[in-house]
Amino acid sequence: MKYLAEFRDGEIAQKLAAEIRAITTRPWAIMEVCGGQTHSILRNGIDQLLPEEIELIHGPGCPVCVTPLDMIDKALAIAALPKVIFTSFGDMLRVPGSDRDLFRVKSEGGDVRIVYSPLDAVQMARENPAKQVVFFGIGFETTAPANAMAVHLAKKEGLTNFSMLVSHVLVPPAIDAIMSAPRNRVQAFLAAGHVCSVMGFWQYPPLASKHHVPIVITGFEPLDVLEGIRRTVQCLERDEARVDNAYARVVTFDGNAPAQALLEEVFTVTDRAWRGIGVIPQSGWRLSDAYADYDAEHRFDVGAINTVESTLCRAGEVLQGAIKPSQCEAFGKQCTPRTPLGATMVSSEGACAAYFNYGRFHTLERATIG
Amino acid sequence: MCLAVPGQIVEIFAAQGTRMAKLDFGGIQKQVCLAYLPDAVVGDYAIVHVGFAISRIDEASAQETLRHFRELGILEEELGMASDAEYAAPHGEVCPVVTP
Amino acid sequence: MPPTSTTVASTPSSGPQLADTISAAWACPLPLRDYPTIVIGHGGGGQLGNELVEHLFKPAFSNDVLNRMADSSVLSLPPGRIAYSTDSFVVRPLEFPGGSIGALAVNGTVNDLAMSGATPLYLSAGFILEEGLPMATLGRIVDDMARAAKEAGVRIVTGDTKVVERGHGDGCYINTSGIGVIADGLDIAPQRAQVGDVVIVSGTIGDHGMAIMSVREGLEFDTTIVSDCAPLNGLVAAMLAVTTDLHVLRDPTRGGLASALNEIAASSHVGIVIRETALPVLPQVQSACEILGLDPVFVANEGKLLAIVPPQHADALLAAMRAHPQGINAAVIGEVTAAHPGMLVARTAIGAQRVIAMQIGEQLPRIC
Repeated sequence: MKYLAEFRDGEIAQKLAAEIRAITTRPWAIMEVCGGQTHSILRNGIDQLLPEEIELIHGPGCPVCVTPLDMIDKALAIAALPKVIFTSFGDMLRVPGSDRDLFRVKSEGGDVRIVYSPLDAVQMARENPAKQVVFFGIGFETTAPANAMAVHLAKKEGLTNFSMLVSHVLVPPAIDAIMSAPRNRVQAFLAAGHVCSVMGFWQYPPLASKHHVPIVITGFEPLDVLEGIRRTVQCLERDEARVDNAYARVVTFDGNAPAQALLEEVFTVTDRAWRGIGVIPQSGWRLSDAYADYDAEHRFDVGAINTVESTLCRAGEVLQGAIKPSQCEAFGKQCTPRTPLGATMVSSEGACAAYFNYGRFHTLERATIG
Repeated sequence: MCLAVPGQIVEIFAAQGTRMAKLDFGGIQKQVCLAYLPDAVVGDYAIVHVGFAISRIDEASAQETLRHFRELGILEEELGMASDAEYAAPHGEVCPVVTP
Repeated sequence: MPPTSTTVASTPSSGPQLADTISAAWACPLPLRDYPTIVIGHGGGGQLGNELVEHLFKPAFSNDVLNRMADSSVLSLPPGRIAYSTDSFVVRPLEFPGGSIGALAVNGTVNDLAMSGATPLYLSAGFILEEGLPMATLGRIVDDMARAAKEAGVRIVTGDTKVVERGHGDGCYINTSGIGVIADGLDIAPQRAQVGDVVIVSGTIGDHGMAIMSVREGLEFDTTIVSDCAPLNGLVAAMLAVTTDLHVLRDPTRGGLASALNEIAASSHVGIVIRETALPVLPQVQSACEILGLDPVFVANEGKLLAIVPPQHADALLAAMRAHPQGINAAVIGEVTAAHPGMLVARTAIGAQRVIAMQIGEQLPRIC
């Protein structure tokens, strides 16, 4: 595919890795916030090409992992209601709630359907007037414009049988919270390229200054990630806490204006609990008052939600980079991909699931550069 | 987060009052909402996330980046500067797929 | 040496119409075509059921064993060990680009038999039909089965039909079981992979699964991807003509190449390494996977096989496979190693490694 294949070139990847090795003189801890970047790193083995001194800490950039437990439980309760078609991205189907997941609800008779786009959910509402169609609107700023358009169209058409369960999270407050945490080890960030394609990167210079961290806007293909790391190491080595755009073919300083305009209208900033981390103030979006009628949280009375988080699960500390998955007592014992206690073991880019697979491979050695 | 894939706009139309497009992704065609790229035209490349085009691809910038990548290491090689890394080409197999 | 550009297996033609399969000698006052859909009575063992057999199944599958219409079919088998396999088919939609549940039902069991080196001979076909299934749909499915059986050289010699009430079935479920015979001297089994063996795949991966995805509700896209549904017994015969010393054969259906290789690694207590750049994937399949966030190694195939073979035979086998219509894109993709027993590892395009673990359940489209 054009503009994908070229950024996966093995020879150039080796060259970029050699460059990084050439300029690294001491240990650095770099966090990539975005789950998609974590996925790319693990799937391609990008971290194996890096010198020992570079540590990649996988951040809380997986909306699957950070969707608060009570929101998952609300989703499960709504999905189990009769005459409801509960639609969701595939990622959410196996995330454990307090006592079950959406797959279990489906097997027990709930009408749970995977969609590729929130517009598909709106179409389902048009085609099933006798049912209530609910869409699980999770994600970072990348997904918010799509979700905004869906609910905007539903309102425009007066679709009374469509609503959205919204749990959006925002990247810049997360970076701020991570850098402010007492045990923080992160020295630089790879910012999420597709989040920035929507929002631009004007929010980052104040963060970079405040915490004296370089922030490099980074893409997702192996060459993009390696280039992002290269520029980050360059900044670290030169002690330059600046913002650099390494994904210029897609990201501009201002971002996508029409998208931001609709986001303003449809969403309102709110405090948001991040599963495993806790409440980060002003770190999420909920539906604005103008769209209150389309808010599934209001439309469905699912009673009191008593969340039960596993006391053994230390996903939050993993998400913040405070511990490695292998340092959790439940890792590999009570908690495995087959029997996950927390979302970081369920998600394909969850650090715990990744470590579980690699951990068995004890003889895995870093690929030599070349 | 953020699986977004590049595709080329092959057709632009309106559906239910919304600006839509048909994009070609390496042989697959899919309908995508183009409301967020009001200035995009047929032939442009865009990245698509959950059925929405969220950004144009600046092709000049892409080519510039690729050129920069291809030139990596050339200066060092030309000046005879040794990298402390051993460089060897990967195993050179190419996916042997043929078009149907 | 990569194969040169050729067409892969072509789409089956639309086949004869329902009317053509109905016996020309029909004289009953209530012809089959007066029932445009399946009704409960068709499963009742009475006249309606008999009509279905006499005027649809029997003409379509006709052979001297079936035509005797006994309660059980008496078979004569050539000498050798008997291979026996069963599979049930519940695919939705019933008809998809490049095939149907009928073609799958025949080829799936034929292929299971072929993977132990057996020559497939006889199949049974059990149908569970939902009240309301259009007769024309059933006709097309049965035609597909008849054509697939003919192509594979097998006979459908016994069967059964039941009908369930509307809402209690997905239109049509089919179970086939099959009998084949394994010649002496063959020992092809998942436990037989040995360190040093070469791993070969017979062609492009992910075609079937993505063809199904392309018509799945909520995920549709326009594409030329068609299912690779096909019988593999001819290809296996061509391979056995080169050498009988094949260690493992496996058709990577649900769970894809990754599941199959993981299972073999576990059964044989060996490690398997594959090279991602060596995996044959059609560009459109790759694109479709990119859009939905799927990995082709986990996507189902219905007309491909994995072969694990002693290295000294690899070149000759590859040549024989590429000369066969079901193997034109055959490629060496990896080898069996003593390292990391029980695990499948891939060398990535950038020269690193990743463990490809079994999926817990079905691979789901993702946005992350």
